[in-house]
Amino acid sequence: MKILSDIAIKVEENRRLDPVDALNLMRHADLLFLADLAGKVRCRRHPEPVVTFVSDRNINYTNVCVSGCRFCAFYRPPGHPDAYVLDEETLRGKIEETLALGGTQVLLQGGMNPDLKLDDYLSMLRFIKSNFPIHIHGFSPPEIVFIAEQNELSIEAVIRRFIEAGLGSIPGGGAEILCDDIRSRIAPGKCNAGQWLDVMRTAHRLGLWTTATMMFGHVETERHIVDHLEKIRSLQDETGGFTAFIPWTFQPANTQIDVPTAGAAQYLRVLAVSRIFLDNIDNIQASWVTQGEKIAQVALAFGANDFGSTMIEENVVAAAGVRFRLPRSEIVRLIEDAGYAARQRDCFYRAIQSAA
Amino acid sequence: MTTWSSDANKTHKYLTIIMMMNFNQYSAPTDSKLPEIRKKAENGIRLDPVDGLALYESSDIIGIGTIADAVRRKRHGKKAFFVYNQHINYTNVCKNRCRFCAFARDKGEDGAFTLTPEDVAERLKSRADEPIREIHMVGGINPELSFDYYLELLATIRFLRPLATIKAFTAVEIDHLARIAGLSLDDTLDHLMRAGLSMVPGGGAEVMSRRVHDALFPEKIDGDRWLEVTEAIHRSGLVSNATMLYGHMETKEERIDHLVRLRDLQDRTGGFSAFIPLAFHSRNTGLSHIARTTAFDDLKTIAIARLMLDNFDHIKAYWVMIGEKLAQVALSFGADDLDGTIIEEKITHMAGAQSATGLSRAGIREMITGAGYIPVERDSFYSPVPDGDMI
Repeated sequence: MKILSDIAIKVEENRRLDPVDALNLMRHADLLFLADLAGKVRCRRHPEPVVTFVSDRNINYTNVCVSGCRFCAFYRPPGHPDAYVLDEETLRGKIEETLALGGTQVLLQGGMNPDLKLDDYLSMLRFIKSNFPIHIHGFSPPEIVFIAEQNELSIEAVIRRFIEAGLGSIPGGGAEILCDDIRSRIAPGKCNAGQWLDVMRTAHRLGLWTTATMMFGHVETERHIVDHLEKIRSLQDETGGFTAFIPWTFQPANTQIDVPTAGAAQYLRVLAVSRIFLDNIDNIQASWVTQGEKIAQVALAFGANDFGSTMIEENVVAAAGVRFRLPRSEIVRLIEDAGYAARQRDCFYRAIQSAA
Repeated sequence: MTTWSSDANKTHKYLTIIMMMNFNQYSAPTDSKLPEIRKKAENGIRLDPVDGLALYESSDIIGIGTIADAVRRKRHGKKAFFVYNQHINYTNVCKNRCRFCAFARDKGEDGAFTLTPEDVAERLKSRADEPIREIHMVGGINPELSFDYYLELLATIRFLRPLATIKAFTAVEIDHLARIAGLSLDDTLDHLMRAGLSMVPGGGAEVMSRRVHDALFPEKIDGDRWLEVTEAIHRSGLVSNATMLYGHMETKEERIDHLVRLRDLQDRTGGFSAFIPLAFHSRNTGLSHIARTTAFDDLKTIAIARLMLDNFDHIKAYWVMIGEKLAQVALSFGADDLDGTIIEEKITHMAGAQSATGLSRAGIREMITGAGYIPVERDSFYSPVPDGDMI
């Protein structure tokens, strides 16, 4: 197909693909054609045969959330018997355990809990930073927008206060699909696409690195996926502040969206197109949490150069009935089996020297 | 080249374009032997064992997969097959007690079972309203059972499922049946066929290496005997499958040797239908320290089987073994068949398989379509069956 060979030549010449190219790849290219292109782009960007991973734990400081996203099996409404907010002692225990297991960061994320005040977040950050030598990767854009609105502050003011209190970087969660027609259908209570991008733009301007994600396999079409990638790429052109892009598939169990789980082929296609299209983002992460270790390993041949996290604790995907477990030794084995050297990294994708 | 289908040509064209790209200054994981092997595969030149090993040595699964996919498309285009089947394991009592097995029990041991022909009838009746095309039946080597028992099992199935193909008894069981019947292999098979046997599954070959046989399954017939029995099966006019249990203690050389021995027999008889690589599952076995096979190994094994076994029509990605997700991906790495919509799979799940115990017809169709292939529901002999037809 000429359209596809033209795209292959563009990639070869290191010319930027436009959204129509990405759409054509999504629609017409064979799985292995995508893998081949993605693999080559990955090698150009990361000539060393190395795959990185990070050791961290997800800490969900609260499961109370007023967002009511239809794809979420984790949240509880305020006043629900299972609702919780973690206290300092629980936090302490979780972080001590993380450090003991060689962890270097915590991913701090919670629901949009109306009972928490700005000071609650600030004291949580200060508590962690004053007690532990650990990086805090925390508060996805929907939380920051929510906290700003609750406290009648600007997004910038909230991020500034968080940085002062110890926030080290912002995770790219809550992006879902950055198109408001999709967001209004699956996550009507969550910040809109413009706000999500605005949080990231502001964070980058204030010197924070962030990641970006995409959750697909629900009600979106290929067009929305490409639109999402285009928005991420444009912002990256502007700020350069994204360290990594992490696509994953929606997990339908225990949620209110009745669609079949996206297959591995769709996941790998989107992953490969992400690598090919996002020519300004260094790292593409495989998602073993949603795909399992077999497809996560295959993802290394589809453009991914990072295996994500050892994920000492994970609650949100597990709530949707998907519980893959992967010890660090297994992550290393899978990376090496795929022909790469395994290297533990920090939040900024720098190698950690002591790592095995 | 002129005999290639347009699909294969298209793939080849992409490949050529990609190969022409000047990525040489980067450390792309390409293998220097792949172009030569690709050329051989394209021209229908048989790969030798050294080629097979070179493929295993390479980490370039996309390069290997692309060659295997082209060969697969030459044979089957974009069709991917599945069968609506029912599995029956009639007994788990087994005197062989292979070290890699989590299914077998000794007589009288907790969890030991043997189905009577009436039990089997109940299982068939419980799914009487389903359009099942194939009954897949295998079991342990249970010395208590008489030859008549086996004949009765077949007769029961034939009576209740007259239009389904009975695919039953691996070469290991058939060897045992000949012994207890006191008959030659040919006569034994003749009796079984008269009672309803129409096809033979591929189990029991494991890895045809003397070393592995002696270490893991010394009580079971060895590779030479397995081939001898299979040759008799083919001589009787029955079609059979072949398997390889991999991911335990075997070397890559032993795997390739296994494939070559299957290929040699197929040259003589033409009686093999499908090859099915079986990824070893260690939980609850005597080898539980062995880690699960990796996806790279699973995909390479499928692709290498497609390339080495140039005289086999079908390569199966058995989703029970490698999971639904990887089986879907395997369709692009040389596999053309996903086996069945199995319910009640026991043998692999007792060894800790994480796949579902059954897939629906719609589910399996969706898997195939989602991978970019065309689903074809087949009978045991790969003839397409009309969609939704009840038998």
